[in-house]
Amino acid sequence: MSFSSFAEFVAMGNHGLYVWSAYGISLAVLILNVVGPLLARRRYLQEEARRLRREASK
Amino acid sequence: MNWTWFHKLGSPKWFYEVSGRWLPWFAVAAALLLGVGLVWGLAFAPPDYQQGNSFRIIYIHVPVAFLAQSCYVLLAVAGLVGLVWRIKLADVALQCAAPIGAWMTFIALVTGAIWGKPTWGTWWVWDARLTSMLILLFLYFGIIALGQAIANRDSAAKACAVLAIVGVVNIPIIKYSVEWWNSLHQPATFTLTEKPAMPMEMWLPMLVMVLGIYCFFAAVLLLRMRLEVLRREARSSWAKSEIKALVGAA
Amino acid sequence: MSPVFALLLARESRLLFRRPAELVNPLVFFAIVIALFPLAVGPESQLLQTLSPGLIWVAALLAVLLSLDGLFRSDFEDGSLEQWVVAPQPLPLLVLAKVLAHWLFSGLALVLLAPLLALMLGLPARCLPVLLLSLLLGTPVLSLLGAVGAALIVGLKRGGLLLPLLILPLYIPVLILGSGVLQAALQGLPATGHLLWLASLAVLAVTLLPFAIAAGLTISVGE
Repeated sequence: MSFSSFAEFVAMGNHGLYVWSAYGISLAVLILNVVGPLLARRRYLQEEARRLRREASK
Repeated sequence: MNWTWFHKLGSPKWFYEVSGRWLPWFAVAAALLLGVGLVWGLAFAPPDYQQGNSFRIIYIHVPVAFLAQSCYVLLAVAGLVGLVWRIKLADVALQCAAPIGAWMTFIALVTGAIWGKPTWGTWWVWDARLTSMLILLFLYFGIIALGQAIANRDSAAKACAVLAIVGVVNIPIIKYSVEWWNSLHQPATFTLTEKPAMPMEMWLPMLVMVLGIYCFFAAVLLLRMRLEVLRREARSSWAKSEIKALVGAA
Repeated sequence: MSPVFALLLARESRLLFRRPAELVNPLVFFAIVIALFPLAVGPESQLLQTLSPGLIWVAALLAVLLSLDGLFRSDFEDGSLEQWVVAPQPLPLLVLAKVLAHWLFSGLALVLLAPLLALMLGLPARCLPVLLLSLLLGTPVLSLLGAVGAALIVGLKRGGLLLPLLILPLYIPVLILGSGVLQAALQGLPATGHLLWLASLAVLAVTLLPFAIAAGLTISVGE
C-alpha cells in the first residue's frame, strides 16, 4: 500500500482531480459500452415479443 | 489440409452457440482483472518519482490505447476475411468492433489530455502519440460513417473492409510521418509512456489491466455480434426458436 | 503500355475538355482558399511566409479532394463502369488510366498554379523548384487515395461530406512530408531526403492503390 490513509488516497498527492476524473470518465464510457448493447438487445426482444403476440392472435 | 473448421467458424448458428458459452467467461475475467488491476494500480503501485501520483492514469490510458490500435488491425483482418472467403460473420465482426474501437480511442485521448495537464501544464500538446490517436479516431469515424451511409448491408460491409485495409496499410506511414513531424517541430519533450525501464511493481498492474481490457473488449464484441447475428438470422429456424425461448424467459 | 490504356487516356481527356468547368473549378477553389488566409491572419509578410508551406499544402489537399468528388459519377450513371468491371482488361489498369488522365489535367494545372500563389504568399523564388517537385510527387498520391474514396461512395445519392471524412486522415503523411520539404527549403536546409520519401510514397500509391480503387468500384457497381 503506497498510501497511509484513505484521505491521502483520495487526494493522490494534489493530483486527485486529474486521476479521479480520468478514471471516472473512462469507467463511464466502459459502462456505456456494456449497457448500450444490453439495452439494444432488450429492445429487440421486446419488439420480437410484440410481433409474436400479434401473429399468435391473428 | 482440412479447412472445414474455418468455414464452421462462419456458420452463424455455431457461432451463436459457442459465443454464448464463452461470453460469461470473458465477462467474469474482465471484471476480475480490471478490478484487481485498478486497486493494484491505484492504491498499491509506488508513485512515480517525477510525476507523483498523476502517473497512475497510465493504468487506464495505455491499455486502452493498446486496444484502440489493435482493434483497427482487427477491423482490417475481419475485412480481409470477409472479402476473400465471403464469411458473413467477419462482416458482423467488422461493423460491431468499429464503434468499440472508436470509444476506446476516445478514452485514450481524454485520459491523455487529463494526464497532460499536471505533466505538461496544458490539456493538449501536439505530441506524436496524442496526435496519432486523434488521427486514429478520425479513421474510425470514417469507417463508421461509411458503414452507415450505404444502405445495402453486404456492400456496406465490403466497402468498410476496403477502407479498413487501406487504412491499416496507411497507419504505419501515418505513425512514422507524425513522429518525424513531431521531432521536427518540438525539442525532445518528456513523453508520457516511454520511461526508462519501468520497475516490476509498476509494470505488473499494467499487464493485468491490459489483459482485463482485452477480455472486456471480447465480451462487449461478442455481446454486440450475438445480437446482430440474431437479427440477421431472424428468419432461420434456429434463430426463431432461440428468440421464442428468450422472449418466453423474459 | 497496352493500347486500352492509351485509348482510355484519350477518351478521358476528350471528356474532360468537353466540360472545362470541372477542370477550372478546383483551380479557382485553390486560389480562393489561399486568398482567404491573408484576410484571416493579416497581411504581415513575415507571418505569411512562415505559414505559406502549410497553407499551400492544405489548400492543394482540399482542391484535389474537391475535384475528385465526381470522378466516377458520370461513368457510374451511364453504365460504363459496369462495362469496365466485366471487361477482359484488368480493372486496376483501367482505373489507373482514368486517375492518370484526371491528374494530368486537374492535378498538373494545380501544380502549375501553385508557384504563382506561393509568390503571392511571400515564398522566396529559390524555394519554387522544391515546391514544384514536391507537388509533382505528392498530388498523384492525393489523386489515387481520393479515388479510393470516390470509388467507395460513387453509388450513394448524397456522398457530399463523406469523401473528405474518409480520405483526409489518409492524406496526413503527404501533408506532413510535403509541407516539411517546403519548410526545410525555406530555412535553407537540404530537402532531398524528404523528396525521396515523397517519391517512395508515390511509387507505393501507384502500385497498390489501383487495386483498392478497383475493389471499391466492383463493390459499388455490384450493389
